[in-house]
Amino acid sequence: MKLHVSTTVNGEPAEFLCSAEQSLLDVLREELHLTGTKEGCATGDCGACSVVLDGRLVCSCLVLAPEVAGRRVETIEGVARGAELHPLQRKFLEHAALQCGICTPGFIVAAKALLERNPDPSEEEARYWLAGNLCRCTGYDKIIRAVLDTASELRGATR
Amino acid sequence: MSERKFRQVGTRPIRHDGLDKVTGRAQFGADFSLPGMLWGKVLRSPHAHARIRSIDVSAALALPGVHAVITGRDFPEVAAESAAGGEGATDFRDLALNVMARDKALYHGHPVAAVAATSVRIAEEACKKIAVDYEVLTPVLSLDQALAKDAPILHERMRASGDEPLPEGPTNLASRREMGRGDVAAGFAAADAVVEREFRTPMVHQGYIEPHAVLARTGEDGRAVVYCCTQGPFMVRAFSAKVLGVATDTIKVVPTEIGGGFGGKTTVYLEPLAILLSRKSGRPVKMVMTREEVFRATGPTSGTHIRVKMGAKRDGTLTAAEAVLVYEAGAFKGSPVGAAMMTVFAPYKLANVRIEGWDVVVNKPKVAAYRAPGAPMAALATETVMDELARKLGQDPIDFRLVNAAHEGVQATYGPKFRAIGFVESLRAAKAHPHYRAPLGANQGRGVACGFWFNAGLSSSANVSINEDGSAVVMSGCPDIGGSRASLALMAAEELGIPVEQVRPVVVDTESIGFNDLTGGSRVTFATGMAVIEAARDVVNQLRARAAKTWEVELDAVAWNEGRAVAVNGAEGKHEPLTLRQLAARAAATGGPISGRASLTARGAGPGFATHLCDVEVDRETGAVKVLRYTAVQDAGRAVHPSYVEGQMQGGVAQGIGWALNEEYVYDARGAMENPGFLDYRVPVASDLPMIDTVIVEVPNPMHPYGVRGVGETPIVPPLAAVANAVERAAGVEIRELPISPPKLLALIEGAR
Amino acid sequence: MEDVRYEAPGSLARAIELLAESGARVLAGGTDLLVQLRSGRSAPRLFVDVKRIPETTRLELGEEELWLGAAVPAAAIVESRDVARLWPGLVESIDLIGSTQIQGRASVGGNLCNASPAADTGPALCAVGARCVIAGARGERTVPVEQFTTGPGATVLGPGELLVGFRIARPAARAADAYLRFIPRTEMDIAVVGAGVALALDASGRCSSARVALGAVAPTVILVPEAAAALVGSRGDEAALAAAGEAASRATRPISDKRGTADYRRRIAGVLVRRAAGTALERARSGDSA
Repeated sequence: MKLHVSTTVNGEPAEFLCSAEQSLLDVLREELHLTGTKEGCATGDCGACSVVLDGRLVCSCLVLAPEVAGRRVETIEGVARGAELHPLQRKFLEHAALQCGICTPGFIVAAKALLERNPDPSEEEARYWLAGNLCRCTGYDKIIRAVLDTASELRGATR
Repeated sequence: MSERKFRQVGTRPIRHDGLDKVTGRAQFGADFSLPGMLWGKVLRSPHAHARIRSIDVSAALALPGVHAVITGRDFPEVAAESAAGGEGATDFRDLALNVMARDKALYHGHPVAAVAATSVRIAEEACKKIAVDYEVLTPVLSLDQALAKDAPILHERMRASGDEPLPEGPTNLASRREMGRGDVAAGFAAADAVVEREFRTPMVHQGYIEPHAVLARTGEDGRAVVYCCTQGPFMVRAFSAKVLGVATDTIKVVPTEIGGGFGGKTTVYLEPLAILLSRKSGRPVKMVMTREEVFRATGPTSGTHIRVKMGAKRDGTLTAAEAVLVYEAGAFKGSPVGAAMMTVFAPYKLANVRIEGWDVVVNKPKVAAYRAPGAPMAALATETVMDELARKLGQDPIDFRLVNAAHEGVQATYGPKFRAIGFVESLRAAKAHPHYRAPLGANQGRGVACGFWFNAGLSSSANVSINEDGSAVVMSGCPDIGGSRASLALMAAEELGIPVEQVRPVVVDTESIGFNDLTGGSRVTFATGMAVIEAARDVVNQLRARAAKTWEVELDAVAWNEGRAVAVNGAEGKHEPLTLRQLAARAAATGGPISGRASLTARGAGPGFATHLCDVEVDRETGAVKVLRYTAVQDAGRAVHPSYVEGQMQGGVAQGIGWALNEEYVYDARGAMENPGFLDYRVPVASDLPMIDTVIVEVPNPMHPYGVRGVGETPIVPPLAAVANAVERAAGVEIRELPISPPKLLALIEGAR
Repeated sequence: MEDVRYEAPGSLARAIELLAESGARVLAGGTDLLVQLRSGRSAPRLFVDVKRIPETTRLELGEEELWLGAAVPAAAIVESRDVARLWPGLVESIDLIGSTQIQGRASVGGNLCNASPAADTGPALCAVGARCVIAGARGERTVPVEQFTTGPGATVLGPGELLVGFRIARPAARAADAYLRFIPRTEMDIAVVGAGVALALDASGRCSSARVALGAVAPTVILVPEAAAALVGSRGDEAALAAAGEAASRATRPISDKRGTADYRRRIAGVLVRRAAGTALERARSGDSA
């Protein structure tokens, strides 16, 4: 007998059927067809499945689907506002901070969470915050540059 | 050619597929679904070495929700037949046995059966109900074990091939080869300093973040459509056809976006299984590997045992070099030891050289290509020996290499004469870099190392079509693993003379373009680029012809200049120039749609050389190593999109650092991998690395219209030695084994006290 | 076979009722449980999500002590300035649990109940003398944290019992703690060795009391009274620190596994205790706690 869960995803009401053991990642991809969140390991070690749950950055592979009843889930699909990209997305493109792109949604969700908490991170703070997001293509250099450049732009914009 | 002024090549436009990737819209291998789809799962051997006596699938078939079960019995016998590809040769019989075991399970994780069911959970349940009767055999888990007298034999019918002396009868030595020239004994005798060292490196994995995934759909006519993340859709088609015993044209492969490959996705694992399950069940079948399966049962690269000996005179000239390279092939023959033999001394001028390479099977997964396959391990040995020689002779490590560096006209140790190459330039640029003069503190050390990769040419096809509005579509068949699409668009834009934003590069399926060898060997920007340039030039000639027709002049009275047809050769000034947009708008009236094509086998791929600098700090009480600074200098020939050249360099460096410091396959006594996950298989995380400085040197490749050299693989070749040399200087120890993990380094430090 | 169930009780009483069922497992952050579920190591019949219970999710600093609910996510603790100021070592240990994503969910209670010998919070909780509050059908009981885990994967929790939270007494003036662990990379690894030290100085600057605890060098976290004794009465000079380190090394009973050899763990235990004790001393001297 499947569980019926009502939740909010990217600001919109969403509902799905799931078993108790299904992960949030699984439900996002297979039931809600939001395939932007990726599975890289299913053990919380790679960050490709990063989402924000009730304002906290988490690995959706380690959240059970029924846990999000009544909670707020934010995924990569909710980062841009329609056609308007978030500055992080723009900066990732400008800095060529992606190659294959599989880790990119996880990094953008994680970096957005960082900048919302700490608008002026040092390079070291950015690296440690993002240590849970693995990238095998870039060596992280351009990703960190994109994140720090975004922070700088956002600080300039709010002045 | 180096005088040509490029307008677009060398700029840094936003990549065309970037928007979809930063918004999560891009569709990778596991992102596809079809109505009525079943899920496939693989039953894998729990033994590293076992005879399969029988398999009973009846209980699995009886489980509600199960629609098909396959074992080795469902596959045809495949003849041993070798074919060359982007990263080496493939024996199809071995490939078929690797995809699904028949009589023997040869590694822990070897597929023995597969199930298609209505959910992953049911498929997994069904797998548990398949009864396999194994006769467990003693596994062979190291080179020493494989080569020992009375070692258990993996393949009863395999005999050692290559150069004598070779063992007779059943053996785990697949081949032994020798190459060389001159007289090494005389060379060493003439040396003032000789260094000989031995190294061991572990099996390591490419570590791509996206697990293998496939969705296969077959029709009533037996034709299959396969969506998969692969480096080679034509390879998937050919290999699956061979394994399944069907005609090539019954399979269409649609390459999805690919989440990393680095060589690990240049063969097939799931695809033939999914096709067969789909055929048997009559439904689409989707299969996605777990991370554990990726580690246990795809294609890591060889663990090795290498001995290198080099001699030099007091003035720094090398007199002789010798290497014995023993490489693990995994469960089936075919390690990259051949490429290792060719690259081990390639950067240097050497008259006297002797190289021996051993290919050895062990009960581990069959190795697959990993970015410059075979070369990083060989370079670890050569470059640490070079470093020690430099120290013994009291020479600066870069100066010592400059004395011996290969250049144009030098006959490479692997055979051909080098044309224009940028090795010396990379050494000089490294020496001039501020990194080389940065002060070092206590327990800090600097390592220098160099690397080489041949780069491949092989076959590519490309189409360039002009749309009615004057924009262009560039179609090719090589999946984009590093940003090559952007470079192809730049090259087409350069030839056509239109902004790169008006060029749309797409990677298409196997029924939409001519044959393409796979993405690998650092060949796409070079070879597919060549095809794109040729196709674009074909378009330009057609455009000139259309203008000629419009103006009623001869073809040679029309030139193509910055995106416009202009009248020349006596017709100057008599006709207003026609833009591409204008010509496209009237295409139907002047002869029909305009598109160009090229199919070629590219020759003259230019070798890529690099020089790397690495600074580390060692904690003498714990053995921890911190990378403080890293600079990579590489000759790219011509950097078409510099950001992606830099990106390739930085990515290769990061993989090399992980290989040097922390990555390794750990096996238990039974032959099961103990660390098949990203927790204990330790790839570098963001906080482990500093910014990675890159310097692109450009010594154009004379064989490419723009001077392009492949860049993707060379960057992983120097870092193992760069890190090892830095640690040696920081800690005053001798590195003989990778990874340089803290317990090992601490033991060396305490031993050296 | 019945379907696996999920319940999210809103009260301690209801949670205890549910936990009495066979096959029931507590779900807090899920960062250990879900990994074990996927690997087949654990197969609960009922997930009891304890994150909607007020007591387990409350973080409250009182006059005398801190109440740390067992299910409070690590990230919330790390963000609490007051807690970080009073117990920098404990917060350091919590801040080292996995990645940012893991900390968004992982709880100190879960970390302790999972009872891995390498748990990061174990040594730090022992060093500061935390007490575990346990609730069950027969009421509430309190257990000192160093007695809570009894072996790898084993705790003193009986059937139907739930770890509700921790009570940690406010440190005295001139008292401070520190936690260090050794891992091969800079983040993301399981501790090869973890060392927690808490100490207090008297008015003259001599160490008046100390507690030293080690993780990942024995089946459970161990307190090392000999190492503490080496610090007490001293002014924290090099010799005292070194003696504490040596005592720590001697007390270890480590194993060799894929994360480290026994010999290596023995050595590192000494190095980390020495360094952590040094940090705790500096903090106590500068009075930047309490």
